[in-house]
Amino acid sequence: MIINNAETILSVQELNASIDDTQILNGFDITVKAGEIHAIMGPNGSGKSTLAYSIAGHPKYSVTGGSVTLDGVDVLEMSVDERAKAGLFLAMQYPVEVPGVSVSNFLRTAATALRGEAPKVRTWVGEVKEAMSKLSIDPAFSERSVNEGFSGGEKKRHEILQMELLKPKIAILDETDSGLDIDALRIVANGVNKLKSKDNAVLVITHYQRLLDYIVPDFVHVLIDGKIVKSGTKELAYELEEKGYDWIKEELV
Amino acid sequence: MSLKSKLVSSYLAFDDHLDDNSPIHDIRKKAIDTFEEKGFPTKKEEDWKYTSLNAIINKDYSIASKGDKKIKYEKVREYFLHDIDSYKVVFIDGVFSSFLSETSHDGLDVCLLSSVLSKEKYKAIIEAYYNKIASKDSITSLNTAFAKEGAYINIPNNKEVDKPIEIINFSTGNETALMMQPRNLIIVGENAHVQIIERHQSLSNNAVFTNSVTEIFAEKRAYLDFYKIQNDKENASLIDNTFIHQEQDTNCNVHTFSLGGKITRNNLNFSQNGEHSDSTLKGVTILKDKQHVDHNTLVNHISPNCESHQDYKGLYADSSTGVFNGKVIVEKQAQKINAFQQNNNILIDDNATVNAKPQLEIFADDVKCSHGCTIGQFDEDALFYLRSRGIGLKEAQALLMYAFANTVLETVKIPELKRRINNLIAEKIGVNIGFDI
Repeated sequence: MIINNAETILSVQELNASIDDTQILNGFDITVKAGEIHAIMGPNGSGKSTLAYSIAGHPKYSVTGGSVTLDGVDVLEMSVDERAKAGLFLAMQYPVEVPGVSVSNFLRTAATALRGEAPKVRTWVGEVKEAMSKLSIDPAFSERSVNEGFSGGEKKRHEILQMELLKPKIAILDETDSGLDIDALRIVANGVNKLKSKDNAVLVITHYQRLLDYIVPDFVHVLIDGKIVKSGTKELAYELEEKGYDWIKEELV
Repeated sequence: MSLKSKLVSSYLAFDDHLDDNSPIHDIRKKAIDTFEEKGFPTKKEEDWKYTSLNAIINKDYSIASKGDKKIKYEKVREYFLHDIDSYKVVFIDGVFSSFLSETSHDGLDVCLLSSVLSKEKYKAIIEAYYNKIASKDSITSLNTAFAKEGAYINIPNNKEVDKPIEIINFSTGNETALMMQPRNLIIVGENAHVQIIERHQSLSNNAVFTNSVTEIFAEKRAYLDFYKIQNDKENASLIDNTFIHQEQDTNCNVHTFSLGGKITRNNLNFSQNGEHSDSTLKGVTILKDKQHVDHNTLVNHISPNCESHQDYKGLYADSSTGVFNGKVIVEKQAQKINAFQQNNNILIDDNATVNAKPQLEIFADDVKCSHGCTIGQFDEDALFYLRSRGIGLKEAQALLMYAFANTVLETVKIPELKRRINNLIAEKIGVNIGFDI
């Protein structure tokens, strides 16, 4: 939802980022205000994941120029966990398996870190159960190791579960639709939509328009060769779905 | 005078006090000859390549303690499994403490080796079992020469022991440097079931050198869980020599938690002498400063259709050093063997070192053997994932370290012990992990 005079939550200016000395992002700009949903679409290799990981601070990606602020505060100066504490959440395309760390322990440790105190056991159990049931996650999940042996759909629902419990100001969904069947897609999208309010914002990174039928964006941006080359409304997503990316590349030339 | 000379010359005086007719008199004499000939092992020997005893044996040890020290239970309560009932065989500076012990002759023997060595009625036991499987190498022979006290545990056939047995060796620091050589003999009868916890605990910062030997016999269908807790003070060193003889259909599991001490060497030897035997050797090692632990394991598959499982995890901080030397022998007639060996290490600091040496000697042709060994740092992606949820670096590392050690911890079958070790590990890692893991 677009709100007049809304506060800017995430501002990325002239961002350059590289992996293994190969520059991927070339002057990427975006401004996301409270209440808004932005979609970033782009072909393979355009820099979608680099964008997500650079903002979240993955050590394999190095930011070589530009700025990223969250609520006006410099994010690039923060450690990975400080970014999360500032309200940034990245739902990953390939959530990492952490054998031996149970989901329940992981969720509670994360909630404790973000809230500054351990959630009360009594209310916490209810909170987790409710969030799990909304996402059709079997409660027995809590005892499993984080992401270990999870199906693609389970991993993505687990990401959204964390988002639900950690309540970020800005959620970046990196190819959350990949590997999901239509039912799982609906469940995941519902989870995101329920979380959405006038005080937070969502950045959806995707290859396909499909997810945007469920998480309806206010703005759609096209990412090619590490920068946004075209912006529009949700109709742009349909156009991309129909015609692919080549016509935009041709327009650029 | 070197420790070796001191030991050899004091043997003469020691021998004078012994009964010449004792069944083990000859065993002792042979043993001291072996030690005199070979001396303490040095790094020139392949099996001791990565562990030097120099820092231990250059001290002037008392080799017999006055043993008149009393300890108040409250002061050492934390070293016992105090929240559940257990049998206890407790030694203070190598001398039996009846006050702290809870022995039994009621339906099983949980008592002292000294009485077994001296009483006529145990003669047959000594002849059948004593020093039968202990190695004849120099360090074990040294123990054999001087051994006179330790735990004697004999579980009769079909007996399921109702509570764990704790063997605890305290040293008080009464002497500035004390050498102790406890000797345990454990017989688990047919179809019997027992859980044993062993601990060496120094109560001062004075030097302690323990050279311990334990012989364990598992008769047909016997089940044994043995837990070794090694979390000693900074000047306490331990050479633990444990020999396990398994008959048919037995299941023997040894968990070794090496979390402290100065130099610790674990010589853990399994020999499978009957079909359908299962041996499990697991260990968690968490070291810091200049601590050193050397796990030297040997599994000898003599009979067919048996299994062995080894899982050793190590976390090394500061300048600590670790060794894993795991040997598996599969003899020619031992077909259909499954032998697995896993040794994974994380070096937390740049100065930490691990030497890992898996050795498989396979003479049978129809066997399944695998070994894997890794030495690495933290998984960068897993760390990132945890931190991206707000978990700080130290706590994220702690979670990963805990998870890493957990494959060993999860098979500890005494819940109270598991909780204690859990807390110990959390303390070693340096964070309050807090809740239900």
